[in-house]
Amino acid sequence: MSDSKSIFIKESTLTSADGDQRQFIRTALGGYYKNRDLYKAKYRDWELARDAASLAKWSAVNNLAEVLEKFVAKFESNGGKVHWARDAAEARQIILDLVAKANAKAVIKSKCMTTEEIHLNDALEKAGYGVVESDLGEFIQQLRGEAPYHFVFPCMHLKREAISELFTKHLGTAPTDSPEELTMIARRHLRKLYITADVGITGANFLVADTGQISITENEGNARLTAAMPRVHIALSGIEKVINSIDDLSVLLPMLATAGAGQPMTCYNTLYAGPKKPGERDGPEEFHLVLLDNARTQLLADPEQRDALHCIRCGACLNVCPIFKNIGGHAYGTTYQGPIGSVITPHLRGLKDWNHLSGASSLCGACTEACPVRIDLHHHLLQNRRNAAKVVPNLFDRVFHGGFNFVIKRPALFSFGGKVFRKTFGLLKHLPIPYLGTWLKSRDLPAIPAKSFREQWKDIKNV
Amino acid sequence: MRVSLFIPCFVDQLTPQVGLATVKVLKKLGQEVEFIPTQTCCGQPSYNSGQWEIAKEGAIRTLEVFRDAEVVVGPSGSCVAMIKKFYPELLHGTKYEQEAKNLSQRTFEFSDFLVTKLKTIDIGASLNKKVTYHDGCHALRELRLKEEPRKLLRAVKGLELIETEESESCCGFGGLFSVKFPMISTAMVQVKASALSRTGADYIVSSDPSCLLQIGGWLSREGKVIRPLHIAELLAMGIDHV
Ligand code: SF4
Repeated sequence: MSDSKSIFIKESTLTSADGDQRQFIRTALGGYYKNRDLYKAKYRDWELARDAASLAKWSAVNNLAEVLEKFVAKFESNGGKVHWARDAAEARQIILDLVAKANAKAVIKSKCMTTEEIHLNDALEKAGYGVVESDLGEFIQQLRGEAPYHFVFPCMHLKREAISELFTKHLGTAPTDSPEELTMIARRHLRKLYITADVGITGANFLVADTGQISITENEGNARLTAAMPRVHIALSGIEKVINSIDDLSVLLPMLATAGAGQPMTCYNTLYAGPKKPGERDGPEEFHLVLLDNARTQLLADPEQRDALHCIRCGACLNVCPIFKNIGGHAYGTTYQGPIGSVITPHLRGLKDWNHLSGASSLCGACTEACPVRIDLHHHLLQNRRNAAKVVPNLFDRVFHGGFNFVIKRPALFSFGGKVFRKTFGLLKHLPIPYLGTWLKSRDLPAIPAKSFREQWKDIKNV
Repeated sequence: MRVSLFIPCFVDQLTPQVGLATVKVLKKLGQEVEFIPTQTCCGQPSYNSGQWEIAKEGAIRTLEVFRDAEVVVGPSGSCVAMIKKFYPELLHGTKYEQEAKNLSQRTFEFSDFLVTKLKTIDIGASLNKKVTYHDGCHALRELRLKEEPRKLLRAVKGLELIETEESESCCGFGGLFSVKFPMISTAMVQVKASALSRTGADYIVSSDPSCLLQIGGWLSREGKVIRPLHIAELLAMGIDHV
C-alpha cells in the first residue's frame, strides 16, 4: 500500500467516525445550499448556462497553445512580464528570484490554491522571507499551521471559539464569539502589512486572452490590496485558466459565484492589466505572471479526461460530495480535495500513489450534476480505476474478479455456489471472509432465503 | 408484450422476493413474462473496480442472453444502468457496439417500464401505509428517473409519500466500495438512513435493491423499526390488498 493510501485510510477512518464534526460540516453547508438554490433559480436556464460556461472553457482548453500565446502577447503589451514554469520547482524558483530581486523584506499573499500546489509559503519561509496570507480563512489556517480544509472555504471546519482562541494565542486579542469582531481583529492586523509589504502574490481565476488581463474574484477585498499596494505584484496561475474573451466572464463570473458560494456575484471581481503606467498614481511598479504547467499538459493529452482542465475551482463538487462531507478535507492529503481532487491528483502527482482516491467513491454522480462547467467527474473516477488496474495491477483484485468471472460464466456453477453460500451462511458469517466479514462489521444481510429466484421461477412460471 | 426479466445476481440469491414481486406486477398488467436462466451477473462489480476486460466478458454474455428478447425489464436502477448506459461505452469500438446500443434501447428499469413503456401509473393497488423514497444514484443520475417511481407511488390508494431533503443523497453502497472503504460507506448510510427513519414512515422504498441491501442492513443492525422495501414489492403488496 502506498503511503498516501495508508494515510488516507487512517485519516478517513477517524474522521468518518466523528459524528459531531460531520454534523458541523453539514450544518455549515446548509446555508450554502439554500442560497445556491435561490440564485440558481434566478437564471433563466441554469442548464443552458452550464452549456455556455462549459463551451467557453472547452474552446480555450482545446486550443490552449494558441489562446495562451494570444493572451501572453496582450498581457506583455500591457506592460506585464510572463514567466513559464514547467513544474512546481521551477515556479518556486522563479518566484524566489523575483522576490530576491525586489529586495523584499515582507511578502503579502491573497488566496491562491496554485501556490498551495507548489508549496510556495514553505519555500519563501525557508529562504527567510516573512509571508502572510491576507484572506481571512487562509490567514487562520496559516496561524494554525494547517493546509486549507476546502479549497474555497479554507477553515470551514473550525468553530468560532477555536478561531477566537487562535487569535488570543497569536495576536493577543480578547476572546469574542462575534464573527464581525473576529473579522475586524484580522483586518486590523493585516491592514498594516499591506503597507509594509514589498511584494504581493495573488492567483488568477481567469486569464483573459483578448484583453491581456487577469481576473480575480474575491469577497474580502484583500486581493485588491495585495495586488495594488506593494511595489511588485506576482501572480501565479495554471495555464488552463486562460479564456478567449472578456465576454466569457459574463457567464463564468456569476456561475462561479453561484455554484461555488451561493452568491449572485462575488463581492469583488477585478481585472488587472499591467503595472502602473507613467502618470498613474496607483498600482505596482512591476507585474509578473508565472504560468504553471505541472502536468496540466499531460492531462491535456488525455482526450478522455481533458475536460478536467475546465475546472474553475468553484468547489461546488465538494459541497455536494457525500465522501467529502463525511471524511472532511484534510483526509485526502491533497491540495485539491473532493471529487475534482480525486480526478486530477492521480494525473498531477501519479496514478500509482493516488489512485485510491478514485476508488474511494460510491460513484453517486452528485459532483457531475453540480459542476457548472460540466466536467464528467464521476465517470473520470471510473476511468482512473481502469487506468490504475492496467498501470498498477492489484493481485487481489485480479484474482477476485477472475474468480468471480469464472463462476458467473457458468450459470449452473453460479446457482450451485449461491446455494452453498445460502446453506452455509450461518457458519460463514463467523469467519473472517474478505468483503463479507467487512460488510457484517457494521451491517446485517437480509434474512437468507431458502430458495433463489431462479429456483422459485420453476414453480411460478406457469401460474 | 413479451417481457424478459433481468434479475440482478444478488437479487436472485439474496432477495428473490423482489424478483417475484416484479413478476406479479407485470403479470397483473397483462404482460407475458419470461426468465432466461443462463443470465447471471451483468459484470458491474468488475467494471466499477477497473477490471474492464473482465467486465467486457460479462457484457458480451449478457448481450447473448437477451439477443432474442423483445424487451428486458430489471428491478434495479443500477444494474439496468450498466446495460443501458455503460455497455455501449464499454463495448465502444468493438464488434459488439451496435448490439450493445440495441440492447440498451430495449432495456428498462421496472418503474420506467411501467410509466414510460406501458403508460400505466395506476396499477390498481391500495395500501394504507406511510413511505419515504430513496433515489438510487444510478436511477436518478444515470437514467434520469426521478418522477417515474413517484408517479407510481402517488397512484397507490391510501399510500402517503413523505419526501425528505435527503431523498437524493447516496446511501453509500457503491458496490464493492461498501467493503473497500467500509468506514466511509457506513458513515454515509448512517446519515441517509437516520434521516429517512426520522420521517416516521413504515417503509423506505426504492427502485434499487442494492441500495436497500445497504440501508436495510444498517437499519437492522441499529434496530430501527422502519423497513426497506423495493417498489415492486410495495406494488405487489398493494395488489394483494385490494
Ligand atoms: S470540478 Fe466543477 S464543481 Fe468541482 S471545483 Fe471544478 S468547476 Fe467546480
